Amino acid sequence: MAQAAQSQVSHAQDGETRRDFLTLTAGALGAIGALSVIWPFIDSLNPAADTLALSTTEFDMAPIQVGQRLTIAWRGKPVFIAHRTPDEIKAAQDVDISTLRDPQKDSDRVKKAEWLVMVGVCTHLGCIPLGQKQGDPRGPFNGWFCPCHGSIYDTSGRRRDGPAPLNLEIPPYDFTSATAVKIG
Amino acid sequence: MAATGPGAPNSRIVRWIDYRLPFVKMMQHELHEYPTPRNLSYWWNFGSLAGIMLVIMIVSGVVLAMHYTPNSDMAFDSVERIMRDVNYGWLLRYLHMNGASLFFMIVYIHIFRGLYYGSYKYPRELLWILGVVILLLMMATAFMGYVLPWGQMSYWGATVITNLFGAIPVVGSKIVTLLWGGYTVGNPTLNRFFSLHYLLPFIIVAVVGLHLIALHTHGSNNPLGIDHKGPGDSIPFHPYYTVKDSFGLAVFLLIYAILVFYAPNLLGDPQNYIPANPLQTPPDIVPEWYFLPFYAILRSVPSKLLGVLLMFSSILVLFIVPWLDTSPVRSAKFRPIYKKIFWLLVISVLVLGYVGAHPPEGVYVIEGRIAAFYYFFHMLVLLPLVGKLERPRPLPLSIGAAVLGRSATPAE
Repeated sequence: MAQAAQSQVSHAQDGETRRDFLTLTAGALGAIGALSVIWPFIDSLNPAADTLALSTTEFDMAPIQVGQRLTIAWRGKPVFIAHRTPDEIKAAQDVDISTLRDPQKDSDRVKKAEWLVMVGVCTHLGCIPLGQKQGDPRGPFNGWFCPCHGSIYDTSGRRRDGPAPLNLEIPPYDFTSATAVKIG
Repeated sequence: MAATGPGAPNSRIVRWIDYRLPFVKMMQHELHEYPTPRNLSYWWNFGSLAGIMLVIMIVSGVVLAMHYTPNSDMAFDSVERIMRDVNYGWLLRYLHMNGASLFFMIVYIHIFRGLYYGSYKYPRELLWILGVVILLLMMATAFMGYVLPWGQMSYWGATVITNLFGAIPVVGSKIVTLLWGGYTVGNPTLNRFFSLHYLLPFIIVAVVGLHLIALHTHGSNNPLGIDHKGPGDSIPFHPYYTVKDSFGLAVFLLIYAILVFYAPNLLGDPQNYIPANPLQTPPDIVPEWYFLPFYAILRSVPSKLLGVLLMFSSILVLFIVPWLDTSPVRSAKFRPIYKKIFWLLVISVLVLGYVGAHPPEGVYVIEGRIAAFYYFFHMLVLLPLVGKLERPRPLPLSIGAAVLGRSATPAE
């Protein structure tokens, strides 16, 4: 290519020729074209429309008794719903949050004090903590205990001990009536 | 380091790698130093186009397989989910299904190019045979891919084609049961077709590799069909033919895009948007257009076994074309009689395609029989005979003389 350009174009000042310009613009256009074709291939791996359509879950919590805990599914993940007893609420509110790794007030984690709604996935490596069923180990704070690596959560779902870096996640939710919630 | 980037051939990194794994040296040799006849026409674009099409089919196919479910109860719905719910799923599927059509279009043109210019003759017989192997693999892959959406045409096409093997005497029905993995086309059939549809393209890639090694051993044939005799006859592949191939690719991609975006179902059969029903055959079973000529040969014979044999022979006969053609001259340019009968062959294949798309009644049967007769007559009788009887026109002394000699200005 170099020899051809030299012999053909003698009036070029600094070695740049019309052919260089054409090569660059054609190459740039080709690169833009290739990139815009790659995008649909990558985007097709993102959640599809039918997957996204399952992103909210509605649930009526009225049948859950005081002290009872229940697990429902939201986006394929377990959501823990706990109807907390007055003792559990008091224990959660009395904690000095400056002693926590992930400081958060109990009132910031609930919309109504007796209802705790959170994603039941340990923030360490994604196992499901125990404590939902009667007879499960609940850890020293009477909250939840992750059997994988021993993370311990309190009655507000806050991380109290073990390798977990954060408190259990609170999903976006709203009360649609006194006891019904829409999660997501 | 600053003066010579890592891409430059004299860079230390490239030299370090090249000493151990001579990849850059090989690319330099096969693309830059590789002498290519200076007179290749646009008919020589179709080889590289076919290679690019193979890559497009594999890439789109691998992504589609991430969304597809190979189960007879779920396959149809999973394809509809790809069309409606998966992000750009419609694009991926239309690229893949129209890509199959265009892949065959390219390969058929590539084959007829080879027949016209005698590209199968000494020393390129194996190159040609590998090409026919690729064609057979492509046909198997395309057929099994067409079954996957599990629509009416998928199901009944699979039934008809697998039943062809029932024509084999004595063990025919045993073989068909083996192919099906059951007593009809069903879920086991769909599962194995999906597995093979995923496997075969990679075998095609391997055979394409052999095809390229064979090609680069003696180089491309050319429109004059004469051997490369000196440096005046050739130019480096890069940049001259990379540019020519890129231009052809751009034109091809435009056609591809028009099909995908404006007429994605033009070449498909609407029957295949009806879920497979094993209890009801559609009114008229027609394969995809690229199988129509072979389908017409099958239907033009009133005997099951003979029809099947003739259909397979119509492809297998291509394997022995290098020995059927007795003429020492490659290019039809210098063969006055062959040049004419070549077009008769093209017409007979087009007529077969036309007949294959229509129900086997009345005039279509007669047309189909005449065209099928000519196809075999051409291959088995005319090719050997014309090669002996015809008097070729004188060949030019060299490619360079023929291309540059005619006018004073060098042809670009």
